[in-house]
Amino acid sequence: MRSNNYVIGFVVTMTVVVALVLSLMATGLKPIHDRNEAIFNKKAVLAAIESELGENVKADKLPDGEVLSIFDEKIVQTVIDIKGNPVSSEEVEARGYKGGLAEHVDMKKEKKKPAEDRIFPVFTYDNGGESIYIVSIRGNGLWDEIWGNVALKDDFATIVGASFDHQGETPGLGAEIKDNPAFKRQFQGKSIYDADGNYTSVVVRKGGARNTRYEVDGISGATVTADGVSDMLHTGIRYYQPYFKTLKKS
Amino acid sequence: MAETTIEKKEPIFAFGKKERKLLTDPLNDNNPITVQVLGICSALAVTTLLFPSIIISIAVIFVCAFSNLFTSLLRKSIPKQVRMIVQLVIIATLVTVVELTLKALDYPTYKQLSVFIGLIITNCIVMGRLEAFAMANSPWKSFLDGVGNGVGYGVILIAVAFFREVFGKGTFLAGTPFEVKIIGPNSEYLINTMADGSWFSWYQNNNLMVLPAAAMFLIAIMIWIHRAWNPKLVDIS
Repeated sequence: MRSNNYVIGFVVTMTVVVALVLSLMATGLKPIHDRNEAIFNKKAVLAAIESELGENVKADKLPDGEVLSIFDEKIVQTVIDIKGNPVSSEEVEARGYKGGLAEHVDMKKEKKKPAEDRIFPVFTYDNGGESIYIVSIRGNGLWDEIWGNVALKDDFATIVGASFDHQGETPGLGAEIKDNPAFKRQFQGKSIYDADGNYTSVVVRKGGARNTRYEVDGISGATVTADGVSDMLHTGIRYYQPYFKTLKKS
Repeated sequence: MAETTIEKKEPIFAFGKKERKLLTDPLNDNNPITVQVLGICSALAVTTLLFPSIIISIAVIFVCAFSNLFTSLLRKSIPKQVRMIVQLVIIATLVTVVELTLKALDYPTYKQLSVFIGLIITNCIVMGRLEAFAMANSPWKSFLDGVGNGVGYGVILIAVAFFREVFGKGTFLAGTPFEVKIIGPNSEYLINTMADGSWFSWYQNNNLMVLPAAAMFLIAIMIWIHRAWNPKLVDIS
């Protein structure tokens, strides 16, 4: 048996050494981590407009340099509030998002706030004269949160593309919203309004789409996740409607 | 009459029969998964795809080897009263090192594995080897023992993941540049089950394979085969 003093001395020394090593390593790698995270998030945005970037382009396989240059040259980032008014980058920074751009807005944090206090990122992609608006949405799946980006044409009704991700949906079932490219592809060309002009968003229909205008096929065995996607699209895109209205007027 | 035994001083990095046994034993007679049935939880959780399983295996080999090494180096100065906590701190430190490195090298995989890297801390194989081996053996031997057990774990993990990915998703090494799409319902796959006159039109990917239950069956089958092939194991239990 060692004396108490020895034990305390040993534990304290070990803690200090370990803390020093780990904090040095974490600080040293921070710039690389931040860069990786930024590129990861940018790729998720680009995943919604894959079809516009060229044939057979996979956003997650794009080289890092290309992702950054697309963002620099072709994408304008805007942050808006629930009324559709733009929020200045100082204001965004004041809300705790360092950098103040749309890409820095953390939808996970925003989702916890009451709707009227939230801010929303918008990425406007310039496709040679035509603007495509990419909006971020977030909702709940079966086990945990799901989120995604939806790209809309400048008629604010037709979907150009969508991409989804999730925290912990079942692999092979709910996780197909991310893993199965065929599920994402279905959203291309869908309208978020029915033939009479009522807002419907896009509905993921169990047993197969009935109204091809605004419905897509569900995933068998993943009804709850699919319903989550429907809900997320319905509420998520609606938050952007006031902003779209201001754009339509101008 | 005093008996004098002249102890032959062994070189620090000896690599003889005993050392080789430290590496090969966990692959067969003492495999951590199929014989000791340790570390099952992570074997069920991460093995849906081959690539993440390979990453986890490398991480476990690293953590196992170096935690064994450091524990063995410190074994004479670690106070017995707090030895488990000290071992845990060593493991946790190494796991954090792995996590920070992976986050810098391959961010998408880091995101995909999320909590499972951190859960290596609770992998009973690591702690088990520290208690059973590193606390009583020299650093070099402990290091080899750690590598051996890590590899023994990794081999099973990768084998399970191979079957789960091929039969569950019809792909091989998905998510890497070496991805091969083997069998599936469109022309991107080598065997297109939807093609006209395809011999495989009856085939569907097995959704059970991507659920943890499939890993349970696969590991059980591996234990069965292992025991049938190595009768020495049957008498142990």
